[in-house]
Amino acid sequence: MKEISCKLLVIGAGPGGYVCAIRAGQLGIDTVIVEFGKPGGTCLNVGCIPSKALIHAAEEFEKISHMAGGKSPLGISIAIPSIDLETTIAWKDGIVSRLNSGVASLLKKAGVKTVHGWAKFRDGKTVEVETETGTQVVRAETVVIATGSASVELPSLPFGGPVISSTEALGLSEVPERLAVVGGGYIGLELGIAFAKMGAKVTVVEALPRVLAQYDAELIRPVVKRLTELGIEVLVNAKAKGLSTKRDALLVETATGKNGKIVADRILITVGRKPVIEDWGLEQIDLDMAGKFIRIDDQCRTSMRGIFAIGDVTGEPMLAHRAMAQGEMVAEIVAGHKRSWDKRCIPAICFTDPELVTAGLSPEEAKGLGGEIKVGLFPFAANGRAMTKMGEDGFVRVVARADNHLVLGIQAVGQGVSELSTAFGLALEMGARLEDIAGTIHAHPTQGEGFQEAALKALGHALHV
Amino acid sequence: MGEYVIKLPDVGEGVAEAELVEWQVKVGDLVREDAVLAAVMTDKATVEIPSPVDGEIVWLGAEIGDTVAIGSPIVRLKVAGEGNVKAGAESSGGEAKATGATPTPSPSPQGGGGRASAPKADAKPAPPSGSASVRGSEMATESPSPLWGGVRGGGTLSPRSALSAAPRPEGEKPLASPAIRLRAKEAGVDLRQVAGSGPAGRIRHEDIDAFLASGPQLAKVSGLARNEAVEDIKIIGLRRKIAEKMALAKSRIPHITYVEEIDVTALEELRAALNKEKRAGAERSKLTLLPFLMRAMVKAITDQPNINALFDDEAGIVHQHGGVHIGIAAQTPSGLVVPVVKHAEARDIWDCAAELNRLAEAARSGTATRDELSGSTITITSLGAMGGVATTPVINHPEVAILGVNKMMVRPVWDGTQFIPRKMMNLSSSFDHRVIDGWDAAVFIQRIKMLLETPALIFVD
Repeated sequence: MKEISCKLLVIGAGPGGYVCAIRAGQLGIDTVIVEFGKPGGTCLNVGCIPSKALIHAAEEFEKISHMAGGKSPLGISIAIPSIDLETTIAWKDGIVSRLNSGVASLLKKAGVKTVHGWAKFRDGKTVEVETETGTQVVRAETVVIATGSASVELPSLPFGGPVISSTEALGLSEVPERLAVVGGGYIGLELGIAFAKMGAKVTVVEALPRVLAQYDAELIRPVVKRLTELGIEVLVNAKAKGLSTKRDALLVETATGKNGKIVADRILITVGRKPVIEDWGLEQIDLDMAGKFIRIDDQCRTSMRGIFAIGDVTGEPMLAHRAMAQGEMVAEIVAGHKRSWDKRCIPAICFTDPELVTAGLSPEEAKGLGGEIKVGLFPFAANGRAMTKMGEDGFVRVVARADNHLVLGIQAVGQGVSELSTAFGLALEMGARLEDIAGTIHAHPTQGEGFQEAALKALGHALHV
Repeated sequence: MGEYVIKLPDVGEGVAEAELVEWQVKVGDLVREDAVLAAVMTDKATVEIPSPVDGEIVWLGAEIGDTVAIGSPIVRLKVAGEGNVKAGAESSGGEAKATGATPTPSPSPQGGGGRASAPKADAKPAPPSGSASVRGSEMATESPSPLWGGVRGGGTLSPRSALSAAPRPEGEKPLASPAIRLRAKEAGVDLRQVAGSGPAGRIRHEDIDAFLASGPQLAKVSGLARNEAVEDIKIIGLRRKIAEKMALAKSRIPHITYVEEIDVTALEELRAALNKEKRAGAERSKLTLLPFLMRAMVKAITDQPNINALFDDEAGIVHQHGGVHIGIAAQTPSGLVVPVVKHAEARDIWDCAAELNRLAEAARSGTATRDELSGSTITITSLGAMGGVATTPVINHPEVAILGVNKMMVRPVWDGTQFIPRKMMNLSSSFDHRVIDGWDAAVFIQRIKMLLETPALIFVD
């Protein structure tokens, strides 16, 4: 097979890789991208997009189920609904498929050549790709590693049979009757809540003293309350030990040290993700590592000249939008532009019910800086739009420096608050002060008004509380 | 209980106003009779204001640096008994002052005029011994910026102080929008070095424009941080007196400066010998070079009495003095002062030395009287061993001449056949060119040079 030579080779067509390749193509760089699976990576195929599709379906189903119980305060009544998960998954797959082809066509439009197959480094400039039609050798001046991450397996609970990862969970053909979720992080709770809404009896097993441990207790309180309402049992300080001999139950050691058994037909393992650093020839190029991740500098350069790394393989936070921003930056660096990583905040969203958004520093982190801070919190119970959506739980919280009112962090929990993340990110990136947010007209009636009110609260003159 | 008002007493001959340089009390203090309340400064001397009664301070009528007219109320005390204020009109007048009006009724430009525009509605008492720099920073944080409209409870950064925030402490990211950061990156500007004039020190496009306009060498990224800090230090007290005096001298007097080098080898030998001899008669002061110079000046002035004069330019009269009163500019811990050796023409060299020592000590310790610090007809300025090669002395207005002594050093001098080491010293002298011509100035200095180079002549009457 003929060798390909190019200026830029991107390994992995996830959100980091494909954005890098598209931007490089736009800039006129001769670019090749290699992907083993479908374009879009974890995010598009087995992560963000399909999970949100499933979560949306679950929400709709749960709403209708409420109405069927005759309890709807909206006055709507309906016959008892049912869900055909196979159809739901097909709908979800349709979305994913449309986006897959969308990414493929964007790459094509940008003049990027796509090679399907598994890439392996031969040396720092040469990569061999195992394709369906044989080995394709690609020589490149610059290589970008964007191999992403994969679900972490538990040694005592290897994937297979009833033990599934999030990837399998997003492809189930029917709602499990009993679902045990090992790991109370955001993936576990997002999927756990979705399946609970679709009728599964869900139990969450978390080794730490509380779920969503990376968030502060005040922020997750509405989520914990909702878990109870949804009938999700949460075992904290509990360890998953393995499967029962009949493979129909999860064995756990509870907080008190007692052994227990959680009967489940599916056991979803969501204990984290690990960078994909195997099977693509890392040993051939011997890059410096930062723990289990590839070490990069503020331009995403690795320890080897001409090799960049972006996305999950380079560390936390393992978020698609971080990878995208890195990908865009690296493409521009390769094109000769002066760029470096200078972002102020990477917002993070947890699509639980209610949703969580964090951007910048939490009150605790801000206090850790040593200066005086101001915190303003506005509850959605005082927000008209939240009331009309029956989503009064939650709040927006703004953290600012006391001396000059520079906003350091913004958090929110509530129905639909994921959409507020754009405003939060913009405010922090622009260097907004409390007065800037308070002085911006926030359209009425929206939940976004809560953001303005939180800033006003921090300034000491909230209008609606 | 009554109220007692203390007015600024007459602190010197013919002085109409004085500058407050120090408060030794604050509102709420209990003071005894004769306790020192404040210090004020007149033209030269600092005068303490004692309390004539026992009482509690309830109001202070001026801030440090204010010029206060003689007779103005400066302190109100709550005292046992009636006090000296009637419950009627005068008291209410005092109230008015305490709640808004300027406490300095002085009409002088450097006094009340400026203060009147800066209302101190809450009659904040001056700190007991507030330093200028502290006050400066307070002013900066108190002044609200228009950008802070509507700020409540907290916002204190003015654009000025934000400007001084760059360069930032290690690790602190500059505050700028993504577009600004991109522009800076592309222009090769290190934003850590750019002062932000926006709210909270945010860097704006205009700041980058200004940074780029300040020159390409500054726009280059360097590891060395620029310090853009600006500290406002109010010029008060002695420094203000010096500033005013120097500005007056330089703006009114067209200076001509004449520098001549003098071989002081012989003089130094004589001085050493005299100082050695001095040990026998212990009451004599050790001689420095200055007494010799003073005596040489007296002798030269005998030939050119117009050099020893005060020029009243408004009246168009030169007051030529018979007595030679030599001011000696001296650096003291609080600043430059000029004690005066009176009637140098009537003092021998040891007398001059003794008087010089006495006055220098008084000036250093701050005990020199107003009389000892005024009345000079000609001045010597000396930086001692620091004295450099040449200086441009500023005439002590309204005098017409000043002699500046530069550092003595051994230099090679050509004697016609070879270079020989000689102790050389430059004299840098300035004259009021309105009344002293360059020729006269040169003649005067040449005469002094001749006397110092042949020091025996100094002793010949």
